[in-house]
Amino acid sequence: MDELVIDVAGLNKRFGDKHVVRDLGLQVRKGEIYGFLGPNGSGKTTSIRMLCGLLTPDSGSGTCLGLDVLKDSAAIKRQVGYMTQKFSLWDDLSIVENLDFVARMFGMADRREAVDRAIDELGLGGRRKQLAGTLSGGWKQRLALASCLLHRPRLLLLDEPTAGVDPKARRDFWEEIHRLSASGITILVSTHYMDEAERCHRLAYIAYGNLLASGTADEVVANCQLNTWEIAGDGIHGLAGRLRQLPGADLVASFGTTLHVSGTDRPRLAASLQALQKDTGLVVTPVAPSLEDAFIHLMQHTADPLGN
Amino acid sequence: MARFSFSRWLGILIKEFIQLRRDRLTFGMIVGIPIIQLMLFGFAINSDPKHLPTAVVMADPGPFSRAWVAAMRNSDYFTIVGSVDERQAAALLDRSEVQFVVTFPPGFNRDLVRGKPPTLLVEADATDPMATGGAISVLNKLGAEVFAPDLPGLRPPAQPLVDLRIHRRYNPEGVTAYNIVPGLMGVILTMTMVLMTGLAMTRERERGTFENLLATPATPLEVMTGKIVPYILIGLIQVTLILLAARWIFDVPMHGNLLLLYGVVLVFICANLTLGITFSSIARNQLQAMQMTFFFFLPSMLLSGFMFPFRGMPEWAQAVGNVLPLTHFLVLVRGILLKGNGIDMLWAQIWPILAFMTGVLTIGLKTFRRTLD
Ligand SMILES: Nc1ncnc2c1ncn2[C@@H]1O[C@H](COP(=O)(O)OP(=O)(O)OP(=O)(O)O)[C@@H](O)[C@H]1O
Ligand SMILES: [Mg+2]
Repeated sequence: MDELVIDVAGLNKRFGDKHVVRDLGLQVRKGEIYGFLGPNGSGKTTSIRMLCGLLTPDSGSGTCLGLDVLKDSAAIKRQVGYMTQKFSLWDDLSIVENLDFVARMFGMADRREAVDRAIDELGLGGRRKQLAGTLSGGWKQRLALASCLLHRPRLLLLDEPTAGVDPKARRDFWEEIHRLSASGITILVSTHYMDEAERCHRLAYIAYGNLLASGTADEVVANCQLNTWEIAGDGIHGLAGRLRQLPGADLVASFGTTLHVSGTDRPRLAASLQALQKDTGLVVTPVAPSLEDAFIHLMQHTADPLGN
Repeated sequence: MARFSFSRWLGILIKEFIQLRRDRLTFGMIVGIPIIQLMLFGFAINSDPKHLPTAVVMADPGPFSRAWVAAMRNSDYFTIVGSVDERQAAALLDRSEVQFVVTFPPGFNRDLVRGKPPTLLVEADATDPMATGGAISVLNKLGAEVFAPDLPGLRPPAQPLVDLRIHRRYNPEGVTAYNIVPGLMGVILTMTMVLMTGLAMTRERERGTFENLLATPATPLEVMTGKIVPYILIGLIQVTLILLAARWIFDVPMHGNLLLLYGVVLVFICANLTLGITFSSIARNQLQAMQMTFFFFLPSMLLSGFMFPFRGMPEWAQAVGNVLPLTHFLVLVRGILLKGNGIDMLWAQIWPILAFMTGVLTIGLKTFRRTLD
């Protein structure tokens, strides 16, 4: 289980004078579902493109499926299924034509069967002749996923595969991902959804080109050394602003009918909250920080050097 | 570079055909452009080229024939390339190496002294009537100027000294359509072929589908040639349309071998497609590809001998023109249609096109970006 499918270090990418990815190092094990998170513009798509040879890193080294990411990109492409963030199948080809084309590009011997099976699994049998451009957003995503699975890749690179997909399809999608992972396929998936992050075996959090945290969800949370309290009771709606002013409060976030207040300086924040509890009569209980608390904390504590 | 895969190549080909079939606008262009241009180019632009290459067949060397040749040279309209025999002269004319052949018959000097106007045979390559018009009218005036000082007493007023016979070869009536229509074939092919393939790759880039294509193992050569082939077919359809119009609307004679013509057309189409696909891989978006196409199209129109007679252009312009495939294609098409030239006479015009194509394809494959950088 410890075979590394992705093992890169020191990857850098600049666009003009924008340093988009800085010294990125990633280790992804075989059969693992690896979540890739980070705010917009943090360099996720750029990193994924470098892994599958669509962008040449300015510097760095490493292997992908045991092949050199800098030299063997042609061989890597053959074994990788890459799903782009933006729909990039051909709008003016039908569903079956798109799949057939992709299958031909990968030189599949059992092309017809593979395409038919993919269409059946999608449940698009009745619409196989529909032009891809006329599908709804969610269906486009599902078609794109089917197309990158077609050639049975050993590694899947999925760039926000569930953006705009309905909850049922999202669940189906994640079940499929776990099934693929169980069969030994490695999956790197970028996402902005916390529930999806929690379904990954391990995570990496990248912001403004820097890898800030990686590990299992629990490790990521623990490494932030956050202390979180949940605040419940009447009148918490107008309270967020006041909570932020509290000495020791780094981060305040609403969770439905409760608020989460977190900070790294435990005694200081505890003292502040005790005073608040006396003052207002709200219920203050210490809770385990969630992944979201951890991410928001990470995001707040990195300045954006790119200014975007 | 990875091995060329025929099945991948076929896949790209099929995809291009399907996309082309669904693209109504392009389809309209394929049929519309030849027809509209054919109709628009009913007019001709005049010009007065000089220094036209001329061969002399000298059957009677003597003072007067020499004076005549000197006068032709002095007129600036003729550049005498040499003295040859009749057979060589005919070949030179056929291969478009000379514009005129002037034949001095036996007894030319003697007849002139006796006051009996000798025949002077001038054969002109009239495939492009504009190119020969000025020179021929100068020839008509030449007689009086050459001989007046030497033979003052012998000249009966108002009677020509020399019986000038002008044979307009290949296009006896000097019909401009004979020249324009084959020329238009080249111009239309240049424009549509370069433009359509020019857009082929940039379109993928603009729509984002290029990323998907790049993520597959397809190689640059497979992608480029796979995208070219459907347009070859389109080019052949256009040529057929133009030939039909040439035959049935403009009555252009067709002396040569049509199969040979199609062969030449194929080479020319490939050269243009290669250029288009190369533009396509250099340009960042469709607009840039379009601009590059027009940047190439203008000199092709102006410097190839389509708009203005090639031999009337300054040397630097001829040098530029000689690089352009259209220049050679025009000579080839006129040669085949109007002169009935065979393959042996065409080679000199075919290899420059092939050289152009090879050069451009090399650049294209070098600049094809396998990444999104
Ligand atoms: N081809 C390019 N040329 C110039 N800058 C680019 C290019 N591609 C990406 N960038 C810049 O690189 C930075 C990172 O972009 P990237 O697409 O990798 O972010 P991301 O993490 O995928 O964001 P999102 O969550 O919005 O998809 C952005 O600032 C973007 O503007
Ligand atoms: Mg992205």
